Amino acid sequence: MEMPIPDPAVLADRPRLVAGLLGILPAEAVIVDQQALSVYESDGLTAYRQPPLVVVLPETTAQVAAILRLCHQLKVKIVPRGAGTSLSGGALPLADGLVLAMARFNRVLAIDPVNRSATVQPGVTNLAITQAVQHLGFYYAPDPSSQIACTIGGNVAENSGGVHCLKYGMTSHNVLAVEMVTIDGEILRLGEGGLDAAGYDLLGVVIGSEGMLGVVTEITVRLTPKPETARALLVGFPSNATAASMVAKVIGAGIIPAGMEMMDRPAIQAAEDFVHAGYPRDAEALLIIELDGPAVEVDHLISRVEGLAKATGASSLRVSESEQQRLAFWAGRKAAFPAVGRLSPDYYCMDGTIPRRCLPEILETIAVLSRQYDLKVANVFHAGDGNLHPLILYDANQPGQLDAAEAFGADILRACVKVGGVLTGEHGVGVEKRDLMPDQFTEIDLCQQRALKDAFDPGRLLNPGKVFPLLHRCAEMGRMHVSGGRLPFPDLPRF
Amino acid sequence: MIIEAKDPQIMAEVIAAAAADGRRLGLQGGGSKIGLGQPMTVDDQLDLSGWRGITSYEPEELVLSARAGTPLADIEVALAAQQQHLAFEPRNLSGLLEGGRVQDQTLGGVVATNLAGPRRCTAGAVRDHVLGLSAINGRGEIFKAGGRVVKNVTGYDLCKLLTGSFGTLAALTEITLKVLPASETEETLVIAAPDVSKAVQQMAEALGGSAAPSAASWLDGKIFLRLEGFGPSVRARRQKLTDRFGAAEVLEDAASRDCWQAIRDVKPFHGRPGQAVWKLSIRPSDAPALLGRLSELEEARTFLDWGGALVWLSLPAERDAKAGTIRQMLPLGGQGWLVAAPLAVRAAVPVFPPLLPALAALQTRVKASFDPGFILNPGRMGF
Repeated sequence: MEMPIPDPAVLADRPRLVAGLLGILPAEAVIVDQQALSVYESDGLTAYRQPPLVVVLPETTAQVAAILRLCHQLKVKIVPRGAGTSLSGGALPLADGLVLAMARFNRVLAIDPVNRSATVQPGVTNLAITQAVQHLGFYYAPDPSSQIACTIGGNVAENSGGVHCLKYGMTSHNVLAVEMVTIDGEILRLGEGGLDAAGYDLLGVVIGSEGMLGVVTEITVRLTPKPETARALLVGFPSNATAASMVAKVIGAGIIPAGMEMMDRPAIQAAEDFVHAGYPRDAEALLIIELDGPAVEVDHLISRVEGLAKATGASSLRVSESEQQRLAFWAGRKAAFPAVGRLSPDYYCMDGTIPRRCLPEILETIAVLSRQYDLKVANVFHAGDGNLHPLILYDANQPGQLDAAEAFGADILRACVKVGGVLTGEHGVGVEKRDLMPDQFTEIDLCQQRALKDAFDPGRLLNPGKVFPLLHRCAEMGRMHVSGGRLPFPDLPRF
Repeated sequence: MIIEAKDPQIMAEVIAAAAADGRRLGLQGGGSKIGLGQPMTVDDQLDLSGWRGITSYEPEELVLSARAGTPLADIEVALAAQQQHLAFEPRNLSGLLEGGRVQDQTLGGVVATNLAGPRRCTAGAVRDHVLGLSAINGRGEIFKAGGRVVKNVTGYDLCKLLTGSFGTLAALTEITLKVLPASETEETLVIAAPDVSKAVQQMAEALGGSAAPSAASWLDGKIFLRLEGFGPSVRARRQKLTDRFGAAEVLEDAASRDCWQAIRDVKPFHGRPGQAVWKLSIRPSDAPALLGRLSELEEARTFLDWGGALVWLSLPAERDAKAGTIRQMLPLGGQGWLVAAPLAVRAAVPVFPPLLPALAALQTRVKASFDPGFILNPGRMGF
């Protein structure tokens, strides 16, 4: 992966940078030792590694502002970092850049049940917010699969999604306000107070900007009342096309499920072999449809969805009758990534979104590509919102297979764009899909985005080398690589 | 001069030519919101209303695309035929604004002003439902942002930035919206609550509980809670609320819809010539104290929407419509917009909330990144 060429002047000036940082932070919060720096050399996209120039661990907004002012003055690049779980290389360091690690911003500052909000520091994990408010009957709705580890600051940077996006929205729909430090050390509040903020919606554009517009130091999130109950259906289908038409029928009936997940035959078999969740092995496609809300409503909708499934030609149908059973339905889906990982030494996860009606077409395209590249693929799919996660199976020890897997993946994403979809639904562009951006956007589209970036950060010091293609096109592209069946964060469910 | 541009190519040429000559352009769709915002001085008006029509609507994808000049009414009719709707409940402010006619409201204007109705506190604003758009920046370049799918994080979310930018960043040409199923059933519970503190507390409790009202408003000493959804669910949730808050009057179907249309369109303040109408955005918990302070103003009338996060205020439009006093009264983080007032008053005071210097400087740089010559709707948002 080509990154911006390190600036020799900055490399040579490292002592002055370190001295400046030691004027702002205690010595133990400035990491300069090579071995200690190597801890930060990668994020969840482990194919790429680069030890940073220095790592800092501030714990106050004033420190962050001082660090940014210093970097601005010395023209040092900054890579903000939360838990480092990005699957797109959003936190990949630079040889001539400082890593601004936000791990010590780990406090829940305020919980406000009357206004249904909580104010937290960016290093708090996604799940910890829910844990802090659940005794009041609330939770924080966006639920990326890495939620036990990923931080809310990283969620803001990536506009993270999750299984429940269709009904509850992404991060940007669930954040009310942030405190942000600009590259020149100004501390701004975006979206403060009520629901509507003054001026342009800078909050809206900062969320999902992959750490390139400013450093967020405080976040006020919207809290959602916990649903009274949730139940799920497990429905098998004789073909991908019938499963896809079932998804359309559910939505067409005016029903927005809390989650609607699809798996194809290879994914069903892998999951069943791994966790024995009781999935129908004879099905070509499987849907898990979850409904949540008041018990009366959920029961009513379950019976309507059951009717639709029968009318669509489902080959099997089960409805959860207990919380235990509901979780069992999900067990196979949640284990899909490691289950697929058992079939192959390596696999590689993609993240495109398509209009749902194109699902049979895109699955056919993937099948053709699979034969063409001679690599197997299993598909799991956030069917409700059209977000596809094909898992390409390969063996990095076989010469040429890695390159073939990458080319296969790029072809899938191009096919997504071609049918009216997009390159990434929830993992972000990062370095991973940077060089595919011209497939989705024109030169003018990208230039307008760059112009906006320059309004925030004219010196392009914040997280350079991400999102935008470098000035010249880069042929080499890589994505979420899993070597020897080991995930970058093996304990995290990935779905 | 009014320049009518029939398609984006011509619009882009007009804007590029204006940029080259430094001519200031006022962007206009149907003109229904001409009385909204800071009055501005322009050299020419660019009429965008000719570029209209729904370009695609796929109910099962929950996605609708339309040209920016499409009358909102056309979109609402198309959605209703499929039992869908715009969840953000676009407001119609023609009963308050000078010179605007409701039937002229266009999709472009709805997105440019981000004026969401009562469901904003549970379903989000216009900005939460714009999936993609095409637009022309102040350099006369046609660009797109976002996509035509409901889940997308590719590139910066320019859709949110452009929504509510009042035509000061770009001329919108086509917009893709997330649309949602309309509720099968709706009804409204009306609960007596003369005390505002108790009313805000009760609305917070309702909105934070499993009864999940889609809107909560307080008007004339009564709380209005709207329940929407499938019939059995609405009945069960009504029971929950009456168990908690006691007997309530119930407005069903058409009566409920009329009630929320009136709140959406700020009908309680219609027919008061010479008034100034303020929209104040605050935290609900700050509403009781703010209403107490506002009651000291002569002839002030107020009501609450969004569970108390929105205060509508009407008072006589004398001189500066008490802009300084009202903004002084706002709690920390609160913001005040002067929505409706005679032209002379709007010209005399900042209509949009004043910004702190660092934020104002950043916003000006953002403006310049789209419109470096400051030719699009100059001064409409105060800059």
